[in-house]
Amino acid sequence: MDWYSQPQQSALFLDDEEDPDAPNDELEVTSSKEFIIYLVDASPDMFLPPNEEENSRTTFATVVSGIANELKTRIISRDTDEVGVCFFNTREKKNIQESEGVYVFSELGVPSAQLIRDLERVGENFEKDIGSGSLRAVDVRESMLYNALWVAQAMLRTGTSKNILKRIYIFTNNDDPLENTNPLVKADLRRTTIQRAKDAQDLGIGVELYPFNRPGEQFNVNIFYSEMIQVDDNDEVGFMTNASNRFADLADQMRKKMFKKRVVRKMMLTITKGVEIGLRSYAMMRPATTGRSIWLDSKSNSPLKIERSYICADTGSLITGPTKRYQEYSGKKVLLNTDEIFDVKKITNVQLQLLGFKPLECLRDYYNLRPPTFLYPDDEAISGSTCAFIAIHRSMINLQKFALAFYGGTATPQLVALVAQEEETDENGSQLQPPGIQMIYLPYADDIRPAEKYHADNVIHPKRGQEDQIKQAVTLMRKLDLRDFTVYQIQNPGNGARAILRMSSLFVKLSICGIIGSVLTCALMFMPALQRHYAILQALALEEEELPEVKDETQPDEEGMKSGPVVSTVNQFKVSVYGAEYEQEMAEAEAAKAKGSAAAQKRKAASENASKEASQYDWNDLADSGKLKDLTVVELKYYLSANKLPLSGKKDVLLSRILTHLGK
Amino acid sequence: MARNKETLVILVDIGPSMHAHLEYAAKAVSTLVQRKIIHRSHDEVGLVLFGANKTDNELALELGGYEDVVVARPIAVVSDELARAVDRFPQEHGTSDFLDAIVVGLDMIVKKLGSASKGNKRIYLITDAQSAVRDPEEGTKLEQVDILANQLQHCNISLDVVVVQLRDDRGKLESKASQENEFLLRSFSSQTKGELVIADSYTTLLGAVKTRTVSPTTLFRGDMELTPNMTIQVWVYKKVSHERLPTLRLYSDLAPRTDASATHQVKMDSDYKSTIDLDVSIAPEQRIKAYKYGPQYVPISATEEEALNFKTEKGLKIVGFTDKSNVPRHYYMKEANVFIPEPGNERSTVAVSCLARGMEAEGKVAIVRCIWRARQTNVVLGVLTPCLAGEDSVADCFYFNIIPFSEDLREFAFASFKDRPAAQQPTRLQQEAADALVQMMDLCPSVGDEILQPEKTVNPVLLRFYSFLHLKSVDPEATVPPLDDALRRITEPDEQFLQKMGYMLETFQEQFALTHNAQKENGDKKFWKDRLEGDEEKPGLLEGGEEAMQVEDGKPLSLDFLTGKKVEEVGSLNPVQDFEALLARRDSDKWVAKAIKEIKKIIIDLLDSAYNGNTYEKAMACLEALRKGCVVQEEPSEFNTFLEEIATRCRGKRQNDFWELVVSKNITLISQEETPDSNVTQEEAAAFLTGGKSSAQGTEAAPEEEVDEIDALLDDVI
Repeated sequence: MDWYSQPQQSALFLDDEEDPDAPNDELEVTSSKEFIIYLVDASPDMFLPPNEEENSRTTFATVVSGIANELKTRIISRDTDEVGVCFFNTREKKNIQESEGVYVFSELGVPSAQLIRDLERVGENFEKDIGSGSLRAVDVRESMLYNALWVAQAMLRTGTSKNILKRIYIFTNNDDPLENTNPLVKADLRRTTIQRAKDAQDLGIGVELYPFNRPGEQFNVNIFYSEMIQVDDNDEVGFMTNASNRFADLADQMRKKMFKKRVVRKMMLTITKGVEIGLRSYAMMRPATTGRSIWLDSKSNSPLKIERSYICADTGSLITGPTKRYQEYSGKKVLLNTDEIFDVKKITNVQLQLLGFKPLECLRDYYNLRPPTFLYPDDEAISGSTCAFIAIHRSMINLQKFALAFYGGTATPQLVALVAQEEETDENGSQLQPPGIQMIYLPYADDIRPAEKYHADNVIHPKRGQEDQIKQAVTLMRKLDLRDFTVYQIQNPGNGARAILRMSSLFVKLSICGIIGSVLTCALMFMPALQRHYAILQALALEEEELPEVKDETQPDEEGMKSGPVVSTVNQFKVSVYGAEYEQEMAEAEAAKAKGSAAAQKRKAASENASKEASQYDWNDLADSGKLKDLTVVELKYYLSANKLPLSGKKDVLLSRILTHLGK
Repeated sequence: MARNKETLVILVDIGPSMHAHLEYAAKAVSTLVQRKIIHRSHDEVGLVLFGANKTDNELALELGGYEDVVVARPIAVVSDELARAVDRFPQEHGTSDFLDAIVVGLDMIVKKLGSASKGNKRIYLITDAQSAVRDPEEGTKLEQVDILANQLQHCNISLDVVVVQLRDDRGKLESKASQENEFLLRSFSSQTKGELVIADSYTTLLGAVKTRTVSPTTLFRGDMELTPNMTIQVWVYKKVSHERLPTLRLYSDLAPRTDASATHQVKMDSDYKSTIDLDVSIAPEQRIKAYKYGPQYVPISATEEEALNFKTEKGLKIVGFTDKSNVPRHYYMKEANVFIPEPGNERSTVAVSCLARGMEAEGKVAIVRCIWRARQTNVVLGVLTPCLAGEDSVADCFYFNIIPFSEDLREFAFASFKDRPAAQQPTRLQQEAADALVQMMDLCPSVGDEILQPEKTVNPVLLRFYSFLHLKSVDPEATVPPLDDALRRITEPDEQFLQKMGYMLETFQEQFALTHNAQKENGDKKFWKDRLEGDEEKPGLLEGGEEAMQVEDGKPLSLDFLTGKKVEEVGSLNPVQDFEALLARRDSDKWVAKAIKEIKKIIIDLLDSAYNGNTYEKAMACLEALRKGCVVQEEPSEFNTFLEEIATRCRGKRQNDFWELVVSKNITLISQEETPDSNVTQEEAAAFLTGGKSSAQGTEAAPEEEVDEIDALLDDVI
């Protein structure tokens, strides 16, 4: 690696300010982009609501706004991706192939504010400009889906397939796209359409289906689509395609695609010399940020280039690429070079060395430095890895142990805990949590602070809760429990499809981050500041008049907490631990506070005095006649105190402050 | 800096039973001192040795007694002299009385700073607690400990104790004295601030000496809202904070050597240049921050951003309680904090204690929403887990860990293990082998005995950095020292430990045939390296290489060169050498093909970039090498077609001069005479060179001095 070209960013010297995985991450994000064609069915059935309850919104509108929302996220998080939008089963046609029933709404390109705006408004003139195709059975001798796939494939023709992931997403609620076809040609069309999709997949274009239900009818994948949709990744077997009936899930699925699953690192776990297990590591959780800001020239709005130069403090001359570094040590400047630092850090050649196993309870709650890394076996480098991994994984779960290992293959060699994670699925068999091992980074002795003991008191031992008090606490906890909850997924029109979980129990109702299965539903809770940031960006870019309100979902359900049963439980606990006289004491303290402390009272008196004094002068007259400067500083300060202005500064400053305040 | 200055007295037992441990005691103390020099250069340190051969301390002079206690260094600001003084401790034969040593240490601090309770004062005691403490003149030893502890408490001096008691020795040496001593020390530790650590290995000894002292600062002080009508006063501290290597400064050597006052510092200057005109610098007030939104940049001024940003209100609120299993351990995002009840606030202390104990009993955790500071721009969501105090002097509290938001999570799906093919499902025997591994490689042999506990494990990189820096400060030419054995225990398992479970490991190895696979096409380095190492002795390696191994300057290529550099492609720097080195690796057909292909490309590139024939010589060398190589490798057609290409390209064209060079060097097609595989006769080969075969073409094109690229292309097509 070339440390010298950008010394200020050299990870070696900054000592991994950043997660060592991060640069890797970023690199891969930019190098692999996605080209996506959204292929939306526009047949009349799509203009029905998906089911009776949600009567107002049609499936088509839902899909289109869903795509718009997805683009809003994509535009921020994966801004090199290109997308195209295409409707099929339309009345009008618009495509270079002149195929019937296919309307290219936007050619492949980087998503822009304009496109999002257009999509959000597509419904307004849809019937007039594009229209839904509604031909009677006998007339149909073509497969619109065939045409649409053909057009979409042509749209994706640009760009090499090497670093670009090309996909076609089909949105439809029609499980039998050929149901209205002329029976004479039906079998033939079925074959060619399926072949078309397969051809696309052979060319490296993924075809994915987002099925919706028609009112009172379940989408049946087996009628037609099961033959043409491939499951694209070996790893996702049985996980994809059972897309849901609800839009919220769709949005959720789309979001899952946001980060392409990619390997951070391939590595080996060394059990003992010569016995190694191949692994791949994945970053499943990393703090999200607003993305980098850049500087623009405010006149031309063109980006600025930052040029860094190094200047020798002694001679003032420019240094090109300073290479030497030092550390002050006992008054001396000890010079160190990069190779030496590299050597110091290189304490082992082994990437991940197993040291032994410990019971899970040894993994204390505070042994945490940063998000863990997920490990999954990899047979590619070492055959038999998966089998050995599964066996050890199972043993660790059964024996309630974790492995202690040394992770040497990074810039910050660390001890890590390898914790087996069991697979969790929801009732539909969708994976909530994959099976594998979580690698948790452990602190060293010097990283751990005895914070609990900072205020240890050997003389008056701190009090402990008594049994009856603890019982009260447990009762309270049960009232505020997030266990017995039901999950509703609600669409929030302000922020697009947003899954919010609500919890209701017999006692309280809390709209809270609850739990699905064992996945924390903060997975479905958004970071308010980040959402706000995006919303602002979006509003500015789309020239929206109003800033959308971003709901802070992190607030506890205060309404629920104020409900009768909760309040009485809280009060019982409060009386039990704080004592009956607490309220009164607090009220007294509050009153004393309102009255103010001795100093505050003195200040108050001084200011009252100043007001009284100040009122004896005619300040306006003094100012106009220029006699203000004849007053003493003490006199001037009467005015300033009376008007709550700062008292600092010399006489001129005071004078000008008074004049400004008088508006002269 | 000075405000947080720490005054420390280190007490080291150098009596007979400690001799074996002194090397590592010295290393631990050295690290402590080195660290102070780097990070806390204002701190003061004194050093007391006890169990010494002589007596040298002020108390002995003033009061008598305090024998075998030597003040090796009085309290003074840390210096490299001190660092050198603790490089190693003498091994002496006095009586080790740690109580005496503590009194001497206490006396030193009090004499230096007075007995007021302000300031950070600490005594560090390193002993194996093997020799009996002298009976006091009055009262019992325990009473003396109480008095002393009181005094330490009064002067606000914390006492950290490290007792060296190696795991292997335990039991053997459990003398009566040592049991009593341990009891006394524990009694101390319960009555004073500071910690008692039993170092059961040298690794632990290095980790046990806490080198880092931080003055505690709260992250938050104030109300935690349990519900809107009940709050608890808490303070929040960091529990874990990752210590990194110090950031090195840039060094400038431009100042003249004679200039003693040179700072050698480097300033960094950033200039914002317009991308339209690179010579124009943009003034700060003309700059505006922008975020990318699709293809466009959205400028947001600082004030706009400020006005529009998410607004928060400082405070902590409990969102609710839930089962611990609902917040898996791996959802912890960052460094952990601790929530303690406001010190001295009895009500909050009890409230926290009740909740913590209730949570512990019920297996619950609390979800809490935190905004640490006013104007903090984001909300933090975290989980509180109970921490019940182990000591009477400490209040119950909570640990706090940040949990992720939706944006932080990436949901990747992975195949279920049960869906894996049968071959990847462990058999019963394999499962047993894995179970044995997990059970036997046990790092917690008994309750309370944990090997490599993070609290006692030092950061080996930091330790090595400090000691290297120290060495370098003495000798600028010093090299990085090898990893200390005690530190090696952190990076790899103990040999003895492994030996004990040799059979189990063998079984594991047999059960799971873990074999490294040959890497796929795109040439993995590891694979080639492995292959090379395996092939070193094979005669085949040299056989073909002998001829090819003569490089241009006549120096034979050494095997070291070949293996050392692991040539994997023909580079443009030394193409001939690279090519020959590649051919020498005859064990793979692919390799030869690659070499030939790449050198051809180099030749074409050289010709393409030729200017007045400046690259011809090199190109010619390559061509000759290629020819030689193709003869040896019996790949005549590879060369012949290429030479034809060259001919087509050059003969009679702009680069006819190169072709003339080819002719003059008599580089012919490879004929059947040379390699039987060739379909070119010797006559044909010679004729080709003289242009007999395609002279018509050549003469036609000859007059055109400047053939442009298109024509050249067309020629290729013909």
